[in-house]
Amino acid sequence: MRGVSTEAALLLVGIPVLLWTLIPIYHMFLFAISPKDAAFSGQLWPTSPTFRNFEIVFGQKHHFLYNFWRQMFNSLVISIGTAVLTLMIASAAAFAISRLRMKGGRLVMNLALFTYFIPAAFLAVPMYKTMGMYGLLNSDWALVLAMVTVASPYAIWILRQASDKLPVELDEAALIDGASPFQLFRLIYIPLMVPSLIAVGTYALLLAWNEYLYAFLLLSRETAITLPVALGNFLSADDSPWELLMTAGFIYALPPAAIYYAFRKYMSSGLTAGAVKG
Amino acid sequence: MTATTTIDEAARPKQRPGRAGFALSQKQVWGLLFTAPYIAVFLGFVVFPVGYAFWLARSPHLYVELADDPIFLRTVINTLVFLIVAINIKMVMALFLSGFFAHKRWWVKVLAVLFVLPWAVPSIPTILSIRFMLNPEWGVINTLIFRLTGDDGPNWLNDPALALSLSMVVHIWKSLPFWTLILLAGRLAIPHELYEAASVDGAGRWKAFRYITWPSISTLYVTCTLLSMIFTVGDFNSVYLLTGGGPADLTHVLATLGIRYLRLDQVGLAMASIVCALPLILPLVFFMMKRLSK
Repeated sequence: MRGVSTEAALLLVGIPVLLWTLIPIYHMFLFAISPKDAAFSGQLWPTSPTFRNFEIVFGQKHHFLYNFWRQMFNSLVISIGTAVLTLMIASAAAFAISRLRMKGGRLVMNLALFTYFIPAAFLAVPMYKTMGMYGLLNSDWALVLAMVTVASPYAIWILRQASDKLPVELDEAALIDGASPFQLFRLIYIPLMVPSLIAVGTYALLLAWNEYLYAFLLLSRETAITLPVALGNFLSADDSPWELLMTAGFIYALPPAAIYYAFRKYMSSGLTAGAVKG
Repeated sequence: MTATTTIDEAARPKQRPGRAGFALSQKQVWGLLFTAPYIAVFLGFVVFPVGYAFWLARSPHLYVELADDPIFLRTVINTLVFLIVAINIKMVMALFLSGFFAHKRWWVKVLAVLFVLPWAVPSIPTILSIRFMLNPEWGVINTLIFRLTGDDGPNWLNDPALALSLSMVVHIWKSLPFWTLILLAGRLAIPHELYEAASVDGAGRWKAFRYITWPSISTLYVTCTLLSMIFTVGDFNSVYLLTGGGPADLTHVLATLGIRYLRLDQVGLAMASIVCALPLILPLVFFMMKRLSK
């Protein structure tokens, strides 16, 4: 009897959670497969589902979407650039702090933590002005460097915690065998850190792919912007084709969802491990 | 963490004799080389922009102007309400749901996988999807209200209080999964034997929570709440993409107000509004740094 009531109570929580989670996403999907003007009817499934919207988006057949592929490509380049650069910078810093135990390593860690705690929207305004001074506005580099700045503190923190757990005897053995710190880094440290590096790389990749605020401040030229900025531009027009906006948005949401699920194991163990410590 | 530190401490003195001086300075050089890229990023994209921001916000009359701007006062109140209400509701929900997701059932596992979607996918399409649902004329919510009651639904985003509340709902929708997962990890780290012993002693679910779960994760819960506050101060999307700060600029929070001033070409005011937020954030930041940099 008690077992049945537990199941019932679990379902009573589970069903609202499922609806709460999926309704906005399902609504977006419904728009994407509905013909123009039929998406507003409040039906659970359109009377005549269609892939017409996807054809228009993929074929760039609307003036809001003339640069769809170009903007997707920008998103891709920027997120891969952010992930690679964050991984290089953060793994090197974490190695120096945790394995080389350099003097001042603690200070570097604290500076990184401090950066992690600057609210992203506050750094955005000065970042915009600074990128302007550096002459980087409208270049991929502006967004990549901004995203690296935002992503690397957390990355360093997570990687440092993971590398603190590696046995110190490894380093000693390698150093006695005459390995230089760089060989230690490349041949021993990096291979052992692969699971955490995957977690951090995925984190940086998703952060850059999903970013809206920095992207819309730093990039404005139609061929330089990432897709979220293009989607945001839909909002400023009165005659915006909402069904196309939702379709393009749905397409844009697929890669991060897929990447998240592919690396879910690493993400949850790698990223939550850091936070749980507090 | 603590275990490795003690090993390191124990191992260190053994390493020292003989080559200590050379090894140490060589390590130091390599250490500097390895941290140099991050330090460069930090100087170029944190120190310089922040310094420049303070320089732009140096003039006292900016603060007078800011204090005279009714939107600024409204924004500060909105931000405080947003932080206190939204985050506490969110964290209590996360605490509750982490207990739900700790149950071992196949369908709970499937649900946990789906539950993360709002956090993993980009904000812009999902928040805009919610915005369309709320459209007073053709949005699905008012369509349903009309069909069920025959009355027109409310003009959701045209009422400042309602619009701000809905921004909080969006914020919760988006970030609840992350905090639930963190608290779930905290719960799963509690030894299962404790619960078995409690159940042998006849403790019910509430007592098990009160005397085992809560004492084990209360520190984590407070840490998460404070962290979430710091991050939420910078949450631009939940407000901007849903309400755009409207109606009549009454739903701005500090995160969107700075950008609004920037777009009006009042960079000084933008920076000044951020400087005004520092007394709110810095104590939290220092407290968190103490906690996390142990």
